[in-house]
Amino acid sequence: MVDQRERSESMEAHDEKPIIYTMENKPIVTCAGDQALFTSLYNALAQQLPREPMEWRRSYGRAPKMIHLEANFVQFKEELLPREGNKALLTFPFLHIYWTDCCDTEVYKASVKDDMLRWQSTLRHHGTQDWLIVVVETDGKKKNKTNLLPRTSIMDKIRNDFCNKQSDRCVALADPLKDSSRSQESWSSFLTKLRTLLLMSFTKNLGRFEDDMRTMREKRTEPGWSFCDYFMVQEELAFVFEMLQQFEDALVQYDELDALFTQYVLNFGAGDGANWLGSFCQPVRSWNGLVLRRPIDMEKRELIQCRDASLLDLRSYLFSRQCTLLIFLQRPWEVTQRALELLHNCVQELRLLEVSVLQGALDCWVFLSCLEVLHRIEGCCDRAQLEANFSHTVGLWTYATEKLKSLGELCGLVSEKGPDSEDLNRTVDLLAGLGTERPETANSLQSPYKKLKEALSSVEAFEKHYLDLSHAAMEMYRAIGRMRSARLVGKSLAEFYMRKGEPQSAALFLQDSLKSYVAEGWTLQITHTRKQVADCQKQLGQTEDYLQTSALLASDANLTDEERKHFCQEILAFASQTSSGQAQKAALSMSAFAQLRELRFRPATAVLHVGSALQLELCLCSLMPVPVHLEQLSASVLFTMEQPGQKIPYGSLQRRPSHGIAGLSPDGVVLFPATSPSGVPSLGLASAPPTLELSEIQDRSPSDNALNSTGVVCKNVHLLLRRQDSSTSMEMPGAGSASAAAVAMEDGMQQLKTLDVTLLPGNNIVHFTAPSQKAGTYTLRQLCATVGRVQFLLPHIYPVVQYEVYSQEPQLTIEPLSENLLAGLPQKVKFSIVTGHYTLKKGEALQLSNTESMPILHTHTCSAQILSSTGELVGENTLSIHSSEKVTSISLPPTLPYHTLLFHLEVLCHIPTSPARPESERLTNGEVRYRTKSHVCHNSGMASVDQKVSVDCPWSIYSTLISLTFYIPFKAKYSLLSAGKRKYIQVFLQNVSETNFRLDNQSLTQRQPTPTLELSSLNAKAQQLVHSKQSVFCLWEVKWKTDPPACLQFSFSASFAPSDVPGAELKPYVYDFQLERVSTLYSVRAEIRPGSGEQHCRTGALCGLEVSITRLTEPSDAERDDEETTETEGLRTTKLMYEVVDNSSNWAVCGKSSGLVSMPVAASATHKVQMELMPLFAGHLPFPSIKVLKYLPHNATPAIQPDTDSCLENDNLSLLDKGLDDQADTASLRSRGSVHSLGSCDQPQQPAPRVLPMPRLEPFAPGQVFNCSRGRQVLVLPAADDHILEVNAT
Amino acid sequence: MAVCVAVIAKENYPLYIRSVPTQNELKFHYTVHTSLDVVEEKVSAVGKALADQRELYLGLLYPTEDYKVYGYVTNSKVKFVIVVDSSNTSLRDNEIRSMFRKLHNSFTDVMCNPFYNPGDAIQSRAFDSVVSGMMVQAC
Repeated sequence: MVDQRERSESMEAHDEKPIIYTMENKPIVTCAGDQALFTSLYNALAQQLPREPMEWRRSYGRAPKMIHLEANFVQFKEELLPREGNKALLTFPFLHIYWTDCCDTEVYKASVKDDMLRWQSTLRHHGTQDWLIVVVETDGKKKNKTNLLPRTSIMDKIRNDFCNKQSDRCVALADPLKDSSRSQESWSSFLTKLRTLLLMSFTKNLGRFEDDMRTMREKRTEPGWSFCDYFMVQEELAFVFEMLQQFEDALVQYDELDALFTQYVLNFGAGDGANWLGSFCQPVRSWNGLVLRRPIDMEKRELIQCRDASLLDLRSYLFSRQCTLLIFLQRPWEVTQRALELLHNCVQELRLLEVSVLQGALDCWVFLSCLEVLHRIEGCCDRAQLEANFSHTVGLWTYATEKLKSLGELCGLVSEKGPDSEDLNRTVDLLAGLGTERPETANSLQSPYKKLKEALSSVEAFEKHYLDLSHAAMEMYRAIGRMRSARLVGKSLAEFYMRKGEPQSAALFLQDSLKSYVAEGWTLQITHTRKQVADCQKQLGQTEDYLQTSALLASDANLTDEERKHFCQEILAFASQTSSGQAQKAALSMSAFAQLRELRFRPATAVLHVGSALQLELCLCSLMPVPVHLEQLSASVLFTMEQPGQKIPYGSLQRRPSHGIAGLSPDGVVLFPATSPSGVPSLGLASAPPTLELSEIQDRSPSDNALNSTGVVCKNVHLLLRRQDSSTSMEMPGAGSASAAAVAMEDGMQQLKTLDVTLLPGNNIVHFTAPSQKAGTYTLRQLCATVGRVQFLLPHIYPVVQYEVYSQEPQLTIEPLSENLLAGLPQKVKFSIVTGHYTLKKGEALQLSNTESMPILHTHTCSAQILSSTGELVGENTLSIHSSEKVTSISLPPTLPYHTLLFHLEVLCHIPTSPARPESERLTNGEVRYRTKSHVCHNSGMASVDQKVSVDCPWSIYSTLISLTFYIPFKAKYSLLSAGKRKYIQVFLQNVSETNFRLDNQSLTQRQPTPTLELSSLNAKAQQLVHSKQSVFCLWEVKWKTDPPACLQFSFSASFAPSDVPGAELKPYVYDFQLERVSTLYSVRAEIRPGSGEQHCRTGALCGLEVSITRLTEPSDAERDDEETTETEGLRTTKLMYEVVDNSSNWAVCGKSSGLVSMPVAASATHKVQMELMPLFAGHLPFPSIKVLKYLPHNATPAIQPDTDSCLENDNLSLLDKGLDDQADTASLRSRGSVHSLGSCDQPQQPAPRVLPMPRLEPFAPGQVFNCSRGRQVLVLPAADDHILEVNAT
Repeated sequence: MAVCVAVIAKENYPLYIRSVPTQNELKFHYTVHTSLDVVEEKVSAVGKALADQRELYLGLLYPTEDYKVYGYVTNSKVKFVIVVDSSNTSLRDNEIRSMFRKLHNSFTDVMCNPFYNPGDAIQSRAFDSVVSGMMVQAC
């Protein structure tokens, strides 16, 4: 820009009146002396002077600056010198140069010196000391003239004559027009000198000027002081700085003036008015806006100079200067910012100074100014720059738009009718204030002036311009992301359309704004905009949308009651219209109308059986300002069939809430989250995602109902996973017509209905009776309130509300009342009948088929309780029980469905006698069978009896089999004891139950009485107490006269009763057992004798053992079959095996410890065996035990068939076990094993075929062999030669 | 002094907004709401460079013919907006700053209240009186 400045001025024009007041000013330098010489040098000088910068050091600590100097060379005239008191700086000659090329002393003395003296005196007269004498030396001249004097002599002379102290005031310029190095050197030193002197002059003169100016400013409190005068002075300084291209400094001058003026205006506002301000308070007569196209607006400047400027004039001029400088400084965006500030400020200042302004005039001024600034900026920036800086310009655009709008309103250009005469008058007045268009813009088609005139000329033109501006502003706001501002402009555009009666154009803008306000939750704006939307929708005839908006407004707490009632009335009026008879109903969202607050189930579990009543209590908060009568309030219900996998288990009515009803509190209340009525998301909720709605699912296989998989499912994934940005605002109810689709009624569902409800403002309670005809899950989906033609619909009830209806088959269960049922005693059993869907009618009965082992003991006063499904006692009836031979019939009282009938019955399970024994014993010994119930009694090994009861129920043609388990309280065992030939029977009775019993009448009887047999009791007391887990022993001696039969059957019986029940009936307990081969066959006697010649046995010394086996009886008939005998030489013998075993390692058996004996089968036949023993210890040693076993040769068949696939050895063992019972100890087994292998070493462990012929051993039955020397001891002395006595002290 | 004081949540909904009762409340709401544009612009412009050293005071957001709107953003992106009458020229930048500081302190007190649920509208009486103090001083 600087370079653009023309340097049109030339020396040729120098004699004309110097042109000032243009921005093409340069500091003035006067030229005196030889004009022709200067003219020849002028071009070179003008070119070279600005070429190199010079550092300008400045006073008052201001930073030094590099400066390119230029100058306006003017012929010296005395008039150019400022007179005393003239403050003009622009016309001030900063340097005076005298040019001469005189090289002749004579000439110098004759004319030049005088001329110089005159020049000097003139200068001195005006008090200026900024001068320079240039002596130009040319070779040409040197040659022409004789070089009488050296060239220095002229210089010296001049210096002598003029520069007595300042020798630098005289310079020589050598060969200026030649291109030699000497010439260049000379030029450069000359230019340096010139620049230095110019700067010195600036510093000096400007410093003086500033001092003067400051002095003047200090006088501003004096009465006669004028701002305008001062303005002119300081502006002079600004001009100079501008001239020196110090735009920054120039701008500072204007800013200072600006601030000073502003301060005065503020002081005026504070009551401290300066006189000179009066001129600025004159009424505004012209409002033609800023002029920024000229560097200096001379008209306005003159007005200021004449103290005739208005405030707007001053401000306009000041700003135009600032604008020019800012653009020079390439800061266009500061211009726009300052412009906006200026315009706001001017409006404020005029208000403050109470300047009278024609209405609308300021609007015109602002409008024109805005556009002027924008034009100016557009003029100096390219498109890309502009677009990048919309944020700086958009404010002006908006401001202009606002002003145009208010002008349009003022001039009646916005109304539908168009302007009336008054409006036209006003328009004319306003246009008059604009004056004529300025010449600069007269040719431009788009000048602000033309725009304004055109806009005010007609409604159409106004609309065009207004829309242009609005759209431009909106576009810009959008481009820089200021969406809120853009919407605000859009909204004001909408208001314009509404006034013009074009609601369809307004609707979009209004909806857009409303959406954004709703999204950000600004309630007042929502209310205001919604009112406008309502108006717009009403005009457009969008009935449904209008009603929806009205509903929102009617519930809007920001409105007054009257307004709310008005909108509510709008809805009600529409609702009550019965026009056209069509069933066209308007469906609106309920959220604005009323809110579902709470839902209560009665009963609270929300689980009920088919056909029972469920009450639903809805708490609905009406948001309407007046009571609203609803013709119908209905809730639609989705019915889902009960899934087979989700069958409600019987008898668990109180179960809850494993699945199903989410959010149901124990008292059956569902609370709904409160949303604010106007569709505003409650604060913070807008951005927060909805809560997870989780439910458990179980996948069961359809065939056997086994669980395949289970898991947790989120039911509202679609809400959680959708995009966040677009969703929130779009789905707000009432945001516009878009929501209409969301408010669709779902068809084809069951409805809960309540008719004629009046909803009062606030909370209302509405009751529903829920259907329960079919079993399944019922989910509440929608709520619909009908008011005439209007339906308010709550499209989704959330959280999910559901209740369950179940159906149940009747069922009978029989359970023990106590923990265990004891056999043998009367026990109480609980019968419970869950009726399910079945109704028990009068006369219906349970038929129990009787079994002998378990009779039913019926008392006469047996009563039944009837319980409702919730467990409440409903009634009590006595039962009548009839027993016939086979059937016990219990007639039941009439009972309603889904009730429970309870009664108790006493039954007695007889204790099974022996046949049941082995089975039950095996059970207790073997695997535990009763896993289903884990009772302590398992450990005690109680035997049990399963008793099946067959019941015929009235609701079924099939019999129900119910199994009851009874436990036998006793465990009995017998044993046969022998003493020689005498026999005793011991019965061991153990109480295995938890109960204590009294025991009485223990007796032992033969089942088939043998007269020869006599049993004599050895028991002392008749009655005994048997505590839990304790035992009783009973003993009888058996005597017989003749030989007893081989097999004897006995029956032990006792009576018992619980000891804690006094007077309880004694119940029998019978234990049957059988004895075989009771009589003693052999008696075994052992004798230990010391070695020969010894008195006593000694350790280490062999002793003799004599075993004598004696046959006591003749073989009986039974025995004959049983025993294996061989006939040899007419003598029947049987083979026995004996064995000497010492299991305590007291004895060492020397030689054979076992052997076979052939016994003759005859009484008193004795067989003696001699053996040798060696005692290993001293002391009384017990005899080694002697075993006698039957030896069966290989051809004999085993007495008892072994089980199919167990090995023979095992068979033997088990046989041994069985027979030996307690008496057979392990040692005997071991030794028998050794005998066994001795006898048959050829097949030690062949597991195989049982037909293998092999000898076998068979024990005798207990009591058949009597050991006489059992328990005997023999004294053994220590070894005689051993004198060491072993003493064991412990 | 101030004609309108507003506290705006991070999500741009108003937590508190109060204006002098004599003037149109709605207008202030619109002004404050629109000023959020500039607040966002300023915050994002500075935020990138020196987010942690950012000055909370945003300065003049924008002037209108009648009002000047000043902004302030806490570190938790809660915005304070103070609207001042343009005719009130005695107000210096420093005074606006101190008003914001006072407001911030009082807001912090509100947040420290264990019974205050962050995100709810501010109903504290103490906060109210601080705001009243700012609005009364000039009027």
